[in-house]
Amino acid sequence: MLFLSKKQDWLGNIRGDVLAGLVVALALIPEAIAFSIIAGVDPKVGLYASFCIAVITAFVGGRPGMISAATGAMALLMVTLVKDHGLHYLLAATLLTGVLQIIAGYLKLGGLMSFVSRSVVTGFVNALAILIFMAQLPELTHVTWHVYAMTAGGLAIIYLFPYIPVIGKSLPSPLVCIVALTAIALYLHLDIRTVGDMGALPDTLPVFLWPDVPLTLATLQIIFPYSAGLAVVGLLESLMTATIVDDLTDTTSDKNRECKGQGLANIGAGLLGGMAGCAMIGQSVINIKSGGRGRLSTLIAGSFLLIMVVFLDAWISRIPMTALVAVMIMVSIGTFSWRSLINLKHHPLSTNIVMVATVIVVVWTHNLAFGVFVGVLLASLFFANKISHFMYVESKLDEENSTRTYRVFGQIFFNSADKFSAAFDFKEAVEKVVIDLHRAHFWDITSVTALDKVVIKFRREGADVEIIGMNEATSTLIDRFGTHDKPEEIEKIMGGH
Amino acid sequence: MNTDTNLVLACIDGSSLTEAVCDYAAWIAQRVDAPLKLLHMIDHHHEAAALSDLSGNIGLDTQEHLLEELTAVEQQYGKLRLHQGKQLLQAAKERVIRRGIVEPITNQRHGSLVESLIEIEDSLRVLVIGLRGKVHENQPDKLGAKLESIIRSLHKPVLVVNDAFKAPQRIMIAYDGSKAADKAVEMVATSPLYKGLTCHLVCVGKDESAMKQLLETAASKLTKASGIEVITQILPGKPDQVLCEYQDKHTIDMTVMGAFSHTRIHDLLLGSFTAKMLLNTHKPLLLLR
Repeated sequence: MLFLSKKQDWLGNIRGDVLAGLVVALALIPEAIAFSIIAGVDPKVGLYASFCIAVITAFVGGRPGMISAATGAMALLMVTLVKDHGLHYLLAATLLTGVLQIIAGYLKLGGLMSFVSRSVVTGFVNALAILIFMAQLPELTHVTWHVYAMTAGGLAIIYLFPYIPVIGKSLPSPLVCIVALTAIALYLHLDIRTVGDMGALPDTLPVFLWPDVPLTLATLQIIFPYSAGLAVVGLLESLMTATIVDDLTDTTSDKNRECKGQGLANIGAGLLGGMAGCAMIGQSVINIKSGGRGRLSTLIAGSFLLIMVVFLDAWISRIPMTALVAVMIMVSIGTFSWRSLINLKHHPLSTNIVMVATVIVVVWTHNLAFGVFVGVLLASLFFANKISHFMYVESKLDEENSTRTYRVFGQIFFNSADKFSAAFDFKEAVEKVVIDLHRAHFWDITSVTALDKVVIKFRREGADVEIIGMNEATSTLIDRFGTHDKPEEIEKIMGGH
Repeated sequence: MNTDTNLVLACIDGSSLTEAVCDYAAWIAQRVDAPLKLLHMIDHHHEAAALSDLSGNIGLDTQEHLLEELTAVEQQYGKLRLHQGKQLLQAAKERVIRRGIVEPITNQRHGSLVESLIEIEDSLRVLVIGLRGKVHENQPDKLGAKLESIIRSLHKPVLVVNDAFKAPQRIMIAYDGSKAADKAVEMVATSPLYKGLTCHLVCVGKDESAMKQLLETAASKLTKASGIEVITQILPGKPDQVLCEYQDKHTIDMTVMGAFSHTRIHDLLLGSFTAKMLLNTHKPLLLLR
């Protein structure tokens, strides 16, 4: 299945895909270089990775039209690995990342994305945008005023050039920005840092390269924590981006195939001397905006990127870093969800806390996986808390028979069990207590234990306790929702709500 | 979904064969006394971009704006297609009513034709479809874009219409002794559709006694069913050529045969007999899988 694709996915939109692929390739070059610098490796590592990942996902990815390459989210995770152990451990970690992602694909872990709520996704992209922006700051501190002027000018070109009639919408403005700033720097002989100062650029096509690391348990101990983090973050960003592309194009994608595709792409990147990567939100949006829809757009982007870099390496090394900074600031502005700031006012507090907490944890730890973990955890706790409000107990006293009847309604689980226990009046002296559970749902052992305790307490006070409707109430005590997911079963369990 | 069963389903797309498709569907529906449903699909070509802006930058909430923009463009386009489809269906409905169908059902759906047909397969009795749709309308050497996929994925009879309607008098069964061919004989023998028609049972191959035997059995099956006059024939030569020649010579109005009994790979290498028949014949083909 991994290599099957419909003819329409390749040839349904040739013109649009080719043009969009070229636009994306041009935008990928500065990004790949910038992310290599973040990771602390030569620009060629990021460029080879972007080529491999884009080309491989074009064939095996689950989401046609999505752009995958070397990314900031992944680069941030490898910084310490590269610093402490060097490039070859990064390549080994990249291979392992790919293996882990393929396993995730076969285990169908793509479905776990449903636990990642909207606010966590928003927090993720905002945090990513902030990190990309922060990664540019070293280029903007302790520098001459030329750099600030060039960066501001670059941003002005990027955002104002498209307003020029005719050529504005047919030439990618980031390319215009790079060409213009390079020309200015060369003409004025400005002494500012260039891409060539940051490390080696590719001068040949990538070659097969087995990571030069000892195949020992010690190596695995070093790379596994990094690979696990890379695999998680890579899949998270890829699946989020796939959803964004799904929405923009009003089509569907195969999320588990995407997991496997990302894995294969990373293995390919690792074997050709590239770093791990994943889908890119910004570039995928640019691709769709430029009219790219099919697999062809991703293939063109990857292959054109390599051709450009290999044949124009002399020129690319002269690009001033300020031009890259301007492009990266654009990516960060475009990735950030500005609407989420306005929405803070309208959304419920719990949602806002989840979003902001995700951002804070990511910016603090520089690890998107931790942020998502905290976000998902918080969102689940808030949800459990909300559901526990849907529980109440009403009671009626039959003075003649000295009988108190409690009728329990709603969801009883670990979070609402105390509230459930507190609803009974143990001080009341009655002969008999009836607890009617027809309309209650017991979801876990905590709630069942709470019920047992209530019964024991009443008994100790000298009352007879009768429980009715127990079967209906505990039929919700299901661990796996396999045989119970038919409409009539759900009606039986949740009946009355 | 709906609860209709036993439907005669006519797929229309506004191409030149649409009227013939309606006529044949109406003819079948009347003869077998089954409900007639007219289906028009709006296949949004999401794989092609509606707009393209090569400025290559992303700014404040580009993603949201892009979504709004794309939605607006596609909404307009969608409304247009919806409206055109409604008109097509209305015209088709009037046409089949004139042909005596009392209450034709019309249905318009979004999505790909093949997928929707698979979904509603159980409610079908027979599918009527044109040899070519809009895409290949003026290319006589090409089959319809989705025809083979449809025939391969459905397990119901498919009538492929390739010319203006003419009420069939003489039909031909292309018989080769295979399971699909026996099924074809079975169907012709039992369905009220073929009552009173002449049936040519034709086999292409060497004139062997075994073949003759098979042909005789099939013929007797047919004659047992009331009102079908059977003529058997064994002809030498290349099946598709011979059958088409025979068709012309005896003014056959419709051919019944099994379809695509080989895998796609086999057909890719050796060429499909069904595809050749579809391209060469001038009369409608009723295909069985």
